[in-house]
Amino acid sequence: MLIKSIFGGKSEMTEGAAKKCPVVLMTRIRLARNLSDEPFPGWAKTPQRTHVLETCLPAVASLNQMKRGITAEVEELSELEKQILVERHLISRELSGAPEKAGVVISKDQSVSVMINEEDHLRIQVIKSGYRFKQAWNAVNGVDSALEDELNYAFSSQIGFLTACPTNVGTGMRASAMMHLPALVISNQMEKVVRAVNQLGIAVRGLFGEGSDASGSIFQISNQTTLGESEEEIIKRLSSVLKTIIDQEMNAREKILEKDPNKLFDKIGRAYGILQNSHLLSSGECMNLASLVRFGVDLEMFPETTRNVVDRMFIECQPGHIQYLAGKPIDTNERDAYRSDYLRKQFENVDKPVFSVHADPADEDSPSEDSAEGEKE
Amino acid sequence: MAKPLKCDLCDESATVHLTQIINNQIHKIDLCESCAEEKGITDPNGYSLADLLVKPEAETEELSVSLDAAEECPDCGYPQKEFKKTGRLGCERCYSVFAPLLGPALEGMHKGDSHKGKVPERALERKTFEDRLNELERDLQAAIEDEQYEAAARYRDEILELKKSIETEELA
Repeated sequence: MLIKSIFGGKSEMTEGAAKKCPVVLMTRIRLARNLSDEPFPGWAKTPQRTHVLETCLPAVASLNQMKRGITAEVEELSELEKQILVERHLISRELSGAPEKAGVVISKDQSVSVMINEEDHLRIQVIKSGYRFKQAWNAVNGVDSALEDELNYAFSSQIGFLTACPTNVGTGMRASAMMHLPALVISNQMEKVVRAVNQLGIAVRGLFGEGSDASGSIFQISNQTTLGESEEEIIKRLSSVLKTIIDQEMNAREKILEKDPNKLFDKIGRAYGILQNSHLLSSGECMNLASLVRFGVDLEMFPETTRNVVDRMFIECQPGHIQYLAGKPIDTNERDAYRSDYLRKQFENVDKPVFSVHADPADEDSPSEDSAEGEKE
Repeated sequence: MAKPLKCDLCDESATVHLTQIINNQIHKIDLCESCAEEKGITDPNGYSLADLLVKPEAETEELSVSLDAAEECPDCGYPQKEFKKTGRLGCERCYSVFAPLLGPALEGMHKGDSHKGKVPERALERKTFEDRLNELERDLQAAIEDEQYEAAARYRDEILELKKSIETEELA
């Protein structure tokens, strides 16, 4: 039942690409909050966890933003449901493995999710497709303020919102952008970029957060520090780093096209061939193929409509989603076969790539939306 | 040849050396291979240096700390050694209980040591109301015990007024 409503609805993750947005796939902001006078979830006993869940779940579910949303206790969810929610970034791996008395509320459009009894009592998250920190912040701030009317937060005027881990204390905010950086990966520059941004207090992780690999050349880039700056300052600092990374990626793209276009055309052409003809595809390979096709769309080798197909692939080729689409329990091998069948159908009607370089790709990319919102550099 | 460094977390010789600059401060960590693996440092995408920074700071502080910081939190019973092990805390009170340990670590992992962001206005207001109310009720009790009935009546009126203002606030 839960899965059906998740799959039935449009989500920021899978449908966001209606707008043209190279490089930044999605923007996410999460706030960590705790109730006053309750031990943090990791140290709380069962009755305390129960009390927190019973206090927070109805408070969150009755928010305006959560109208006709989904409310669930983690214990009620099947393994498959949990996996699908993780793959859609609606819950964390930590929550899906929570021992007991944890919950989640997800808005109807799947852009807002609030986890209860994760590392902190409340983890409020907003996802927006593309590069939209301002909108994400307004949305998450709104949910937070509405909740604050109902719940007593643990807060110190000296060090801000108190969190289970001191690395989140202060604003409790982690802002991140999911970035597609194929050219930096192909030209082996990612390590250099990671080192540089780390020095600025910015963290780089794989698609599924801490410890995950960077398949599909997708990276999550987020602020590391939460205390000593306001939310706006943190976002501004992060944005300026992101802009630099976008520039680096665009330069790398130009350089590849200039120096060795055949190497790139070969990769993209092969990806297209595999997607149309393969009979066994692992999720990792699938991510890398989707990444190359998306790169091709950015270069106008494929029609713009293909962008949506590949952006869905990033999510729908994950094991849980394939398992669900198959409609019955299947093992890894069968999943690889099912995945390739599914993709052959998806790519049946995608036209052959056009192997010539169109407009200068650097001109197409600017986080224009944020500038339109009046965000200052 | 420099003499081999010892691991910051155990006594093995360190083979993994990590340097990071946060807020113009250099943080260096030397670890042996097994500790590095345990902390996920061998996976370049998967570690958070901030978590690690707590430990060496905590360890150098240890001597003075055992004097200033309690062994466990009186509110939730969270032991100090658990904090040193996991870098996490048990409840909001832990922040003041383990402040001598936390203080230097916080500055190391963040851009400063004071909050500059959003303030939960409603929660603070409510807290001020509650504190004031508790104070008045204590005063009222004391006045009654001392048979200071005039003062007691004044406190009672103030309490009623305060309660009324909370109610109107909540209705608004």
